[in-house]
Amino acid sequence: MDGPDISVDLCGVLMENPVMLASGVLGETGPSLLEALEGGAGAVVTKSIGPSPREGNPNPTVVTLGDSLLNAMGLPNPGMEAYAEELEWLRQGSEAPVLASVFGTSPDEYAEVAARLAPLVDGIELNLSCPHAKGLGAEMGGDPAMLEQVVRAVVDVTDLPVLAKLTPNTGDIGALASAAERGGASGLVAVNTLRGMAVDVEMAAPALANTYGGLSGDALRPVGVRCVHEIAGMTSLPVVGVGGISNHIHALEYIMAGATAVQVGTAIRTDGPRILGRIATDLRDWLADHDHSSLADVRGILVRGGHR
Amino acid sequence: MRSRPVSVTGVRSETPTQCTIVLDWEPEAQPGQFVMVWIPGVDEVPMGFSSIGPSAAITVQRMGDATEALCALDPGDRVGVRGPLGKGFELLEGKRCLLVGGGNGVAPLVPLAEALVAKGCRVYTAVGARTREELLFIDRLAGIAGPAPEVATDDGSEGHHGFVSNLALRLMDEFRPDVVYTCGPELMMRKVADACWERSIPFQASLERYMKCGIGLCDACACGRYLVCRDGPVLTGEHLRGVPDFGSFKRGPSGVKVPFAAPDGGGSIGIGLGSED
Ligand SMILES: Cc1cc2nc3c(=O)[nH]c(=O)nc-3n(C[C@H](O)[C@H](O)[C@H](O)COP(=O)(O)OP(=O)(O)OC[C@H]3O[C@@H](n4cnc5c(N)ncnc54)[C@H](O)[C@@H]3O)c2cc1C
Ligand SMILES: Cc1cc2nc3c(=O)[nH]c(=O)nc-3n(C[C@H](O)[C@H](O)[C@H](O)COP(=O)(O)O)c2cc1C
Ligand code: FES
Repeated sequence: MDGPDISVDLCGVLMENPVMLASGVLGETGPSLLEALEGGAGAVVTKSIGPSPREGNPNPTVVTLGDSLLNAMGLPNPGMEAYAEELEWLRQGSEAPVLASVFGTSPDEYAEVAARLAPLVDGIELNLSCPHAKGLGAEMGGDPAMLEQVVRAVVDVTDLPVLAKLTPNTGDIGALASAAERGGASGLVAVNTLRGMAVDVEMAAPALANTYGGLSGDALRPVGVRCVHEIAGMTSLPVVGVGGISNHIHALEYIMAGATAVQVGTAIRTDGPRILGRIATDLRDWLADHDHSSLADVRGILVRGGHR
Repeated sequence: MRSRPVSVTGVRSETPTQCTIVLDWEPEAQPGQFVMVWIPGVDEVPMGFSSIGPSAAITVQRMGDATEALCALDPGDRVGVRGPLGKGFELLEGKRCLLVGGGNGVAPLVPLAEALVAKGCRVYTAVGARTREELLFIDRLAGIAGPAPEVATDDGSEGHHGFVSNLALRLMDEFRPDVVYTCGPELMMRKVADACWERSIPFQASLERYMKCGIGLCDACACGRYLVCRDGPVLTGEHLRGVPDFGSFKRGPSGVKVPFAAPDGGGSIGIGLGSED
């Protein structure tokens, strides 16, 4: 393609552009993954998949808060066997890169799901950080020792790159990043949603049936950028930035702070997944306007520059 | 948009299994759009509009917890509403329209019929239910200018004995509509759709899928490459051509495929989503 080079090698996953579909937003079916790829995503991440079907939390599961969102989906997914069929369908229509997001209640379960889906994808993302499914995610990913065990268990069963997705609900994200690196992760993804609560005062009730949910969208971006900056400076692993990106300027914030690629979730809501392609195009145009020949010119400049 | 509280101004029993809830709310809604209705402590569920205007109304088929709780509301109670959401029926001008409704699917066709008549259309309606007691809104439809509604009941207790899809096929050949609008059990709509495709009559069908976010984020409501909350609930014959899900399966709350049951050969006037999860 013409213009600056925005292709990315994300720990072996080759992408035409750095804009990925974030896990859990669409991605429960093959057709929605395909729609995101056709919409211009450099890669897509599946909904987080567990060993067996899970209905998730009762409604209401989302509350919109301006350009931000609180959700408590509760990890709904059809289970790895049914999901494998979705991926098989997708593979007949596209060769573009796909990461499977997996979760479980133990390191063994993570490994079981990763092993089942690995033949159908290009990489594994570990959802270690889902803050709103009781007994899942947060407990695993908030504890560096447990996180390390999960990563190691998955790395042991697959040759694919394994990326650990970190929770921002911690006082020390650096400790989580180091634990993932020790466990053998090939890359890091930061961040998942930030735990929150909204109240409907007229109803005098929590706005979500689950009471607590995860904050995403605009309000999350400064938290995400800070987390990426913090961990990019202390590890040599590539970092994927996610949280509150809805345009190329937001994406550049993450990239300058050290991100190799970015993911977009909540912003899909307005226009559908074609926003992914638009962010990539605008990113290339921005680089051209600023006389850069490649994304590498700006990647991590705030990390290398010693601004940490 | 966030859910906001609106007061219930009236609750009417329509049939033994259906009630209408009138709201103190004037949404800017198109016929066929829907709203997520929240009953705190119970559930938030998608509902179509059975009336649009200064006091919008929803008409509810009793199915389970949420719908029972809705029909048990009293005037003065409040529910949360998030909407109008999705894309409604496209209104054509000066056309011959056939509206085919099964069970509770008749509800959104009433404001549609009103809007089409206002646009100079000639509106024919075919309404089906299991029994005569469950026939919905015959009077309202009869009050709208145009031919009287044609009726089908599964048990033959009124009108055509059999499925409304069969009645609709006959009316298609009799009235030669320019366009068909349909809402009801998916197997019924699929039969109507096949007949329209065969005859090259354009159609619009209002689909139901399990809904969570209602705003195109979560993928719960997927139907082929469409999201029913974002691209629908009304999809056209052009959209639906080649969509393997249509008339074949929906997805449960986990995303697993759930085939539409056809216990009596298909087209039965069930309500809601046509089969249980
Ligand atoms: C766009 C749209 C418009 C609708 N309009 C109407 C209407 O005008 N009147 C009406 O009576 N019903 C309507 N429905 C169906 C209605 O939402 C369900 O019947 C209702 O949610 C059942 O809830 P329950 O707790 O009473 O039943 P349950 O016992 O929970 O379920 C009974 C059936 O309803 C389905 N259901 C439950 N929750 C949901 C959900 N969140 N989304 C979709 N289906 C669900 C289940 O899959 C099951 O098949 C509509 C659905 C959609 C998608
Ligand atoms: C509706 C919804 C569902 C999500 N589901 C998942 C999930 O299953 N697994 C996961 O790792 N992250 C999940 N997330 C988090 C996103 O992947 C992302 O980390 C977060 O939303 C921040 O990005 P955003 O601001 O662009 O949405 C979900 C987010 C939303 C809004
Ligand atoms: S209900 Fe979530 S995408 Fe339609």
